[in-house]
Amino acid sequence: MYEEDGAPGGIVKKIAYVNRRAPHGTIYALEGLEVVLIGAAFDQDVSMIFVDDGVYDLKRGQDTGVSGIKNFSPAYRALEMYDVEKLYAESESLQKRGLVVEDLIVPVEVLSSAEVAELLAGQDIVLNF
Amino acid sequence: MTIEVGGKVFETDEEGYLANLSDWSEEVATSMAGIDGCELGDNHWEVINFLRSYYEEYQIAPAVRVLTKAIGKKLGKDKGNSKYLYELFPYGPAKQACKYAGLPKPTGCV
Amino acid sequence: MLHIVNKSPFEKNSLETAVRLSQPDSAILLIEDAVYAASGDTSAVTMLKDVLRDRQVFALGPDLQARGVDVEKVPDGIEIIDYEGFVDLVVAHESTQSWL
Repeated sequence: MYEEDGAPGGIVKKIAYVNRRAPHGTIYALEGLEVVLIGAAFDQDVSMIFVDDGVYDLKRGQDTGVSGIKNFSPAYRALEMYDVEKLYAESESLQKRGLVVEDLIVPVEVLSSAEVAELLAGQDIVLNF
Repeated sequence: MTIEVGGKVFETDEEGYLANLSDWSEEVATSMAGIDGCELGDNHWEVINFLRSYYEEYQIAPAVRVLTKAIGKKLGKDKGNSKYLYELFPYGPAKQACKYAGLPKPTGCV
Repeated sequence: MLHIVNKSPFEKNSLETAVRLSQPDSAILLIEDAVYAASGDTSAVTMLKDVLRDRQVFALGPDLQARGVDVEKVPDGIEIIDYEGFVDLVVAHESTQSWL
């Protein structure tokens, strides 16, 4: 691990993680989050983008106590401590699902579809979950 | 694997991390540390309790880098550095302290 | 950017989202079940025809064949490529994104 010095040779790539799945029905959202947390050790320029059902990952008030599955949504609030600070949600995806930023567990920047497309086009690596 | 504490048997994974968070108690922590030949003092407890409240809030065990930073903020600069934490937990602060705190192994910790 | 889609447009919205979040001049490659989007008279074909105005669309031939999708019915403008063409396409683009 490169704990203090960052990436070897100081190469910083722009990496975007696109989250498109709701949190509990499949493993995608949790896997995506874990990849981001692990990848944070490499000090890259990371963006997380929530589109389609991925916006549900950030929904406030998830309570899995009765169902017995793990509620990992609080971990999105820890991202800042991992220096992952660029969080985006697509406005169309939010609107379609009747969500507003106040419904989300972390502050995000809301982007139009065209703005998301532009953001994606400017990345070195895009990983979908 | 299991660990026996005070006549009770608790399930652990193959590396000795508690399978169920709710099985944790100070006795379990002391016993786990004892197996590693480590006697827990106030400074250890400070980190263990910090980890437990961190987990309570974020539902993840922090990476060592994040732990160091957060400890520094909460307990002061003289404690928020790897040297101090490695002296307390020579097997790796995140790894070893998380085990005694009853948490799963930190994400990304090998 | 090359956008690779592998899900049927009738089961998942991956293609729809890839289209929405791709820029003009980008390329979209349909593989696996996404090739159903390129067959016959469907709502997906209507969408792709619109996409073709400012983007390139490709479909992987072996996947069309495997699914019995009639190559004759693939709309004009959608280019059918083989595995070598797939490799060329990836090489030709600076970055690639696989929409799951």
